[in-house]
Amino acid sequence: MNSFSILFNEVYKILFLLIPVLVTVAMIVWLDRRVWAFVQKRRGPNVVGPFGLLQSLADALKYIFKEIIIPASSNKVIFILAPITTMTLALIAWAVIPFGENLVLADINVGILYLFAVSSLGVYGIIMGGWASNSKYPFLGAIRSAAQMVSYEVSIGVIIINVLLCVGSLNLNDIVLAQKNMWFVVPLFPMFVIFFISALAETNRPPFDLPEAEAELVAGYQTEYSGMMYAMFWLGEYANILLMCAMGSILFLGGWLAPLEIEVLSFIPAPFWLIFKILFLFILFALVKAIVPRYRYDQLMKLGWKIFLPLSIIWVVITAGYLLYFNLLPVQL
Amino acid sequence: MKLGRLLKTIFMLDFVKGLLIAIKEVFKSKKTINYPFEKGQVSPRARGEHALRRYPNGEERCIACKLCEAVCPAQAITIESSEREDGSRKTTRYDIDMLKCIYCGLCEESCPVDAIVQGPNFEFATETREELYYSKEKLLENGDRWENILAANIKADNPYR
Repeated sequence: MNSFSILFNEVYKILFLLIPVLVTVAMIVWLDRRVWAFVQKRRGPNVVGPFGLLQSLADALKYIFKEIIIPASSNKVIFILAPITTMTLALIAWAVIPFGENLVLADINVGILYLFAVSSLGVYGIIMGGWASNSKYPFLGAIRSAAQMVSYEVSIGVIIINVLLCVGSLNLNDIVLAQKNMWFVVPLFPMFVIFFISALAETNRPPFDLPEAEAELVAGYQTEYSGMMYAMFWLGEYANILLMCAMGSILFLGGWLAPLEIEVLSFIPAPFWLIFKILFLFILFALVKAIVPRYRYDQLMKLGWKIFLPLSIIWVVITAGYLLYFNLLPVQL
Repeated sequence: MKLGRLLKTIFMLDFVKGLLIAIKEVFKSKKTINYPFEKGQVSPRARGEHALRRYPNGEERCIACKLCEAVCPAQAITIESSEREDGSRKTTRYDIDMLKCIYCGLCEESCPVDAIVQGPNFEFATETREELYYSKEKLLENGDRWENILAANIKADNPYR
C-alpha cells in the first residue's frame, strides 16, 4: 500500500511537469510561426482562438484524424519506434530542469551530464526514422542530421566544461545558485554565443536546417511520415528546442534566479523567471529563423569543427588559467 | 581592409544588423490583409465564377448561338438548344464543367449578347467534384445573385473593349 502511494505521488508529479511542457510546446509552435510572420510583415495564424493561440491544437487534431501511412518497403517496427523515441527523449530530459530552489523532479548530482546525454540520444530517433523509411530523401536527411548533431555536440560539451569549471558541480541547481552574483553570460559571453549557434545546429533550426532542406530533400527524415507520427516528430523537435533554450538559460542566464536581488523582482516566483528566459531565447531562435539563409553543408562542418571546437577549447584553457591564477577555483584541489 | 572583414566576421556584425532590422520590422504595419474577414479589391475585369444574365424583364439573354462552346479552349461548355413556342431559339441545356474551365474569359468575350459572363466571385470551392459541374439553373441563379455587380463591371470595362 505504501509503495503504491509513492508511485501515485511520482506519477502525479510527472504529469504536473509533462502536461505544462506539452502545452507550452504547442504554444511555442504558434509563437514561432507568429514571430516569423511578424518579421516578414505578415499576420501569421490568428484565426483559431484568441490571437490564434489554439492554432496548434487545431493542427494536432488534424494530424490525429489523418491516416498513418506506413510504406510497404519500410522496416515497420523501427519506423513506428522512431517518432516515439524522438518525443520520449525530448520529454524525459525535462526531469532534471530546475524550476526553482526545490522545484525539480529529479535533483540528481549529474544533472548536466544527464541532460547532455539525453539530448545526444535525440539523434537516434532521426537516424531510425531515416533508415527505416527505406527511401532516399529520408536517408540522406538522417545522415546529414546525424553528422551535424554529432559535430555540434562536441562544441556544446566543451562549452559546458567552461561553465562547470566556474561552478564545481554537475548539479543543475548548483549551477543556477553559482550565478547568484553574476550570470555566466557576462564572463563567458563568447561561449554563450557559440552555445546559441550550436543549439541552433543541434535542433536542426535555420540556418542549419539542412536535414530537412525542402529544396533538395523534400522534408528530410520526415518525408515518409504522416498523421500522428509526423506530429510526434514535430512535437519532439519543438520540445528539443525548448530544452535547448532551458539549458541555455540555466547555464548562462541564471536559470530561475531574478536578474537583480531586489524585492520587487523576487516577488515574481522563481519558475516564471526561468520561463521568461526560455521564452526570450526562443524568440531569438524564431527571429534567427526569419533572417538567415541556409548554410551550405561544407560550411556547416567547417564552422563546427574548425572554428567552434578550437575556440571553445581555447576558452576552456583561458577560463581554467584565470581561475587557477587568481585562486578562484570553486573546488580546492 | 582584410582586417576589417575579419573583425566583422568575428563580431558577427552583419548578423547583429540583420537581427536589429528584423526586430524593427516586427513593429511595422502588416502588409497582408486579414483574408477571410477582410477582402482585397477585385478588378471589374476579374474572371471568376460564371453567370448567365437575364434582361431586366426576366428573359434569358442567351440566344444559343454556341459561340462560347466553339471558342472554349478547354471544351468545358456543353450547349443544347431548341426552338421555343414563340419562335425564339433558347438553350435547353447549358453546362459548364468548372473543373475543366481555365478561366480564360474567351466565352465572355465571344458572347454577342453579354449573356455568359465571369463575375467577381472567386470563393466557390466545394467539397465534392459533382458540385462543380454547373447546370443552366445554377448559372442563371448566379446571374440573378450577382446582377448588380455584373452590370456595373461590364459598364466600367466598356470603354476598353
